[in-house]
Amino acid sequence: MNIAIASGKGGTGKTTVSLALAETLGSRARLLDCDVEEPNCHLFLDAEPIRREEVQISVPEFDRERCTDCGACARVCNFHAIAALGKKKILFFPELCHSCGGCLPACPSGAIREVMHRIGRLEFRRAAGFELVTGVVDVGYPMAVPVIRDLKKQALSDKTNLFDSPPGTACPMVATVRGADYVLLVTEPTPFGLHDLELACDTLEALNLRCGVIVNRADGHGGEVENFCRGRDIPILMEIPFSRKIAEGYSSGKRLLECAPELKLEFERLLAEIGVK
Amino acid sequence: MKIALTSRGRSLDVLLDTRFGRAPYFVVYDTVSKETEAVENIQNLNAVQGAGIQAATTVAKTGAEAVISGHCGPKAFRVLQAAGIKVYLSGGALTGTEALRRFEAGDLKPIDTADVEGHWA
Repeated sequence: MNIAIASGKGGTGKTTVSLALAETLGSRARLLDCDVEEPNCHLFLDAEPIRREEVQISVPEFDRERCTDCGACARVCNFHAIAALGKKKILFFPELCHSCGGCLPACPSGAIREVMHRIGRLEFRRAAGFELVTGVVDVGYPMAVPVIRDLKKQALSDKTNLFDSPPGTACPMVATVRGADYVLLVTEPTPFGLHDLELACDTLEALNLRCGVIVNRADGHGGEVENFCRGRDIPILMEIPFSRKIAEGYSSGKRLLECAPELKLEFERLLAEIGVK
Repeated sequence: MKIALTSRGRSLDVLLDTRFGRAPYFVVYDTVSKETEAVENIQNLNAVQGAGIQAATTVAKTGAEAVISGHCGPKAFRVLQAAGIKVYLSGGALTGTEALRRFEAGDLKPIDTADVEGHWA
């Protein structure tokens, strides 16, 4: 089963919830940190990677001997990643390439082959009783989605896979939640949390994904969030209390269940409620 | 020698467009025949990415050996450089005619690196 943890707004507690769920499930969990531009799950674990893998995309390589200067490769490229200037001068911009492979069959002289180009890495860790796989996009590469796609291939069919999503509702978030059996939306009882929760709910509705809400830093002022959820028929599955104990622990890099172990029962109940065995 | 000027219109009488990749026209001036030719770049105005690369390829196809524009980003510059085209910056809002006069007087100097980041406008 695949569960995505998303929010819309940044800083609501996606990572906090993801780590607590992973810790609750223990060896049954595999946590994938899909916030590949700024992954942070590992910062809460005292563990070095036990393995690293490169993330690569396929990009064209040009054989100048075979090239006939026809320019078909540049014309077919919708992403303008190829400039064909004649006299066998071909410039290629890998950061613009979407690995569609369209230039290969477009070349009438077979002068293009695919080679692998590194765009990021995966790091594998084991700590606090579960497995964590972190995606990291290389500095200078502008697209997070190919790294997220590669990372999600690390989901295991015999585990509960937890996808810790990047904030927002754009491509990286969509790439993360796509294919999830359930999406947990973490929000906070503020106008900003509610505003972005609405955006996230709209996005999930368009993707036809089931979701429920966790209210973090709940302080008894969550009426607006409750009204919104009731109106949209979205369950509020849990509230994490606004507490100095939790905030102090977080500020020194402690996980939620280290600061408030009593919440583990709540997470067990939540997992049962959304159908995790 | 042909010189391509990034332009808001089809003639040397209108103001230059200070953008390179997303200028609507290139007015190509031939210093020998004194004739001008307008080349559309409108297909690049709404390109999601790679407008500079496409525009530079278009300029290369005209046979121009120099470009006069307001600015030039890194990818466009790389393509122009590979095509052996020198890039001159107009240094302000000039018409094509004024820019050419300054160019021919030697007031414009070729740049050896992009002067702005991509998507600067």
